[in-house]
Amino acid sequence: MSGTHSAIALLADTPPQLLPARELMAFTLASHILLVPFGVALPAITLLMHYRGLRGGDPVALQLARRWSAVMAVQFAIGIVTGTVLSFEFGLLWPGMMGRWGDVFGLGFGIEAWAFFLEAILIAIYLHGWRRLKPWTHFWLGVPLPLTALMGAFGIIAANSWMNTPRGFTLDADGNPVHVNVQQAVFTPMFGPEYWHFVAGVILTAGYVVAGVYAVGWLRGRRDRYHRLGFTVPFTVAAILTPVQFMLGDSIARSIFHKQPVKFAAAEIVWKTGTHVPEYMFGRLNSDGTISGGLKIPQLDSILAGFSPDTKVTGLTSVPASDRPTPTQATIAHWAFDIMVTIGSLLLLLALWYAWCWLRRRDLPRSPWFFRCAALAGAACLLTVECGWITTEVGRQPWIVYQNMRVSEAVTDTRASSLWTMLGIVVVVYAAAFGTFLAVVLKMRTRWRTADELPEGDTPYGPRVVAGSTKGSAR
Amino acid sequence: MIQDVVAWVLLAAVAAYACAGGTDYGAGFWDLVAGGSERGKRPRWLIDHAMEPVWETNNVWLIFVLVIMWTGFPVLFQTLFTAMWLPLALAAVGLVLRGAGFALRKPMTRLARRRIYGAVFAVSSLLTPFFLGAAVGGLASGKVAPGTKASADAWANGTSVIAGLLTIAATAFLGAVFLTADARRFDAADLVGYFRLRAWCSLGVVAVLAVVGLAVTHDDARYVYDGLTSGIGLALVLVAAVSALATAGLLYRAATGWARITAVGSVALVVVAWGLAQRPYLIPTSLTVDQAAGASTTLRWLVLVTVIAVVLVGPPLVLLYRLDTRGELQPLTEADLREK
Repeated sequence: MSGTHSAIALLADTPPQLLPARELMAFTLASHILLVPFGVALPAITLLMHYRGLRGGDPVALQLARRWSAVMAVQFAIGIVTGTVLSFEFGLLWPGMMGRWGDVFGLGFGIEAWAFFLEAILIAIYLHGWRRLKPWTHFWLGVPLPLTALMGAFGIIAANSWMNTPRGFTLDADGNPVHVNVQQAVFTPMFGPEYWHFVAGVILTAGYVVAGVYAVGWLRGRRDRYHRLGFTVPFTVAAILTPVQFMLGDSIARSIFHKQPVKFAAAEIVWKTGTHVPEYMFGRLNSDGTISGGLKIPQLDSILAGFSPDTKVTGLTSVPASDRPTPTQATIAHWAFDIMVTIGSLLLLLALWYAWCWLRRRDLPRSPWFFRCAALAGAACLLTVECGWITTEVGRQPWIVYQNMRVSEAVTDTRASSLWTMLGIVVVVYAAAFGTFLAVVLKMRTRWRTADELPEGDTPYGPRVVAGSTKGSAR
Repeated sequence: MIQDVVAWVLLAAVAAYACAGGTDYGAGFWDLVAGGSERGKRPRWLIDHAMEPVWETNNVWLIFVLVIMWTGFPVLFQTLFTAMWLPLALAAVGLVLRGAGFALRKPMTRLARRRIYGAVFAVSSLLTPFFLGAAVGGLASGKVAPGTKASADAWANGTSVIAGLLTIAATAFLGAVFLTADARRFDAADLVGYFRLRAWCSLGVVAVLAVVGLAVTHDDARYVYDGLTSGIGLALVLVAAVSALATAGLLYRAATGWARITAVGSVALVVVAWGLAQRPYLIPTSLTVDQAAGASTTLRWLVLVTVIAVVLVGPPLVLLYRLDTRGELQPLTEADLREK
C-alpha cells in the first residue's frame, strides 16, 4: 500500500460509527460463540450415548440421550437465530468488506450455508424422531450430523482464516481484487491450524460443560448410574482431546508467529524486534513500549517461538503505528491469550488426573476436589473459547482483511447514534433470550431430578424405591 | 453467462424462502390474530405442532439468499445493506425475537409467560416479513443505486409499503392454506373450516393489494411495472393468479394436498415474474447482473457447490417433509423424558 494511501487511511481511521459497529459485532459474536460448541459437538456426544444405549440395551443411556436431545432442541433454535443475525451484520456493519471481497472469500460461507441446511434438516428429524421412527433408523439418520457440523465449521473457519492470511487474488491498478483463485482463497496458510484448533476446542468444551452438570450432581451425593454415565462419556471425550488440543494450540501459536508476526507480537506484547525475547505472563503494555506488572520469564518467548533463545521475534514497532494494534488492543489480546493458555494447562492436569485413576483402578477419581474442578471445567472452557476468539480478532487490528483492508474502511456509513441504539436493543433482546434459555434448561433439570427421585407408583410417605443406584440417591 | 446462472440460483433461493419462510411467517400471523388465550387455544395448538419440526429448516433459505448475494453479487449486497439499513436491521431483530419467542414459548409452563413469549413471536412474525418486503419494494422501484446512502426514502415510499403489506398478506395466505392441510392431518375437523375461511380472506386481501400495487407501481416503479404487465412477466403473473384461484377452489373441494402445491406455485411464480421483469437488472435501472457479478472463477465454484448441495440436501429435505406430513415427527413429551 502506498504512503499516501495509508496517510489518508490514518486520517479517516476512526469514523464515529466505528466503535459502536465493533461493539455490536463483538457482542453478537461473543454471545453466539457460546452456543457454537454445542451446535457442533452436542449431537456427536448425544449420538455416542445413543449408540451405547441401543447397542447394550441400556435404558439409562437412552434416557440421557433423549434428555440431551430436548436441551439441544432449544439450544439449536437460539443458535440459528443468533447465527442469522451475524449474516445480516456482514451487510449492516461491514458493507465495505463484503462489497470488495465478497466474491474472493465468500465461497466458504456458501459451503457453510448448505452444510448448515443439511444439519437443520437432519437435526429436525433426529429431535422429532424419538417417538415414531424405528430405533436404529432413527440413530442412523442422526449419524451424518457431526459431519455436517464439521463441514459448516469448515466454511466459517475458511472465511475467518482468509481474513487473517488473505490470498488467492491479485490487485489491479485501482486496488480491486482480480484473478481470483478459489482454492488458494479457501485453503489459506492459517486455515489448517485454525480449523483443527477450533474443532478440538468446541468438542472438548461441549464435553466438559455436559460432564460438569453431572459432576455437580455427583458432589451433591447423587452417585447413581445415571450420573456416572452422564459424567463419564462426555468427560472421557473431552479428556482425550485435551492433550491433543494442547499440541494444536501450540502449533497455531507458532503458525501465527510465522504468518502474522505482528499479531504474535501483540499476543506476547513484544515491542521491539529482537532475539532472547522474554515471555510475559499477563502484564500491561504501555504506549512507550514498557511493560507494567506481569511475570517475566527471560528468553522463554524466543524459545517457544523457535525452540532456541536465538530465535528472532518480530516486535510491534516493526510496522508503523497505524498498521498494528494499539497498546491497549495488544494488552487485551495478550490477556486473552494468557488466560486461554493458563486454563488449557490446568485442564491438561485435570485430564491427567482422570487418566491416572482410570488406568490404575478403572474407576473415577474419589476426591471431591476432582469433581469440583470438573464442575468448573465447562465454564472455564467457554471462557477459553471467548479468549481464543478475542486473541485472533483483536490481535488482527486494525485490519479486517489482514494488511489489505482496515476495519475503518469496511464500516457502514450509518450514523453512530443509530448503531448505539441498535446495540442497546440487541443487548436487551439477547439478555432476555439467553436468560430465558438458561432458565428453561435449569427448569428441565429440576423437573427431571424431581421425577427421578419420585419413581412412578411411589406414594408419599411410603417406602422409597431406589432405582438403579449403588449408594441410593441421597437428598 | 455464468452470472446469469447464479442470478437464477439467487432468484430460486428467494422464491424458496418466500414459500417456506412465508408459510412459517403466516403461521405466526394467525397465531397473532387467534384471539385470547381461551379462544385461541385450539388454533395455537395446531400452529405449534405444525410449525415445530420444520420452522428452522424453512428459515435457513434466508441464509442462502444472503450468502449467494454477497459471494455472487458483492456490490448488490453492499448497496442493499447500506441503503436499506433500518428495515434490514429491524428484520434481523425481528428474526431473533421470532425464533427465540417460538422456541422458548413451548417449554414455558406458566400461562402468563407463555403469553409474553407467544406475543413476541407473533408480533415479530408480522413485522419481519413487512420489513423484508419493504426492502424488496425499494429495490424493485430503483430507489437505491450503488453509492446510495441510508435514507428513509429508500424504503418508506409507496412501492415499499405496498410490497411490505403484500408480503404479509401472501404469508398469511400460505400459512392458512398449510394450516388447513395440517388441521386435516391432525384430525382437527373444527380447524379445517377455521383456516380455510382465513385462507380465502387473505387471498381476497392479496388481490386487493395487488390492484392497489398496480396503481402505485405504475408511476413509482415503472421498469418493473412494465415488465410485469407485458410479455413473459405478464404470462407468469396470470398463471400465478389462476393458481391462487385454483387454491381457493381446491380448499373448497377439501383437496388440501393439492391446494398446498398451487398456493406455493402462485407465490413462487410471482417471485419469478418479478425477477424476470427486472431483467437484465438486479437493481432497476442502475445495476445489471453483469455489472454486479463477482469474479467468474468464484461464480463457477458457487454453481458447482450449489449443484453438489442440491444433490446432498434434496433427498433429506424431501425425507423431512415426507416424515413430517405423515406425522412421523413428534416432539419428545415430558413423559418420554421421565421414563427410564
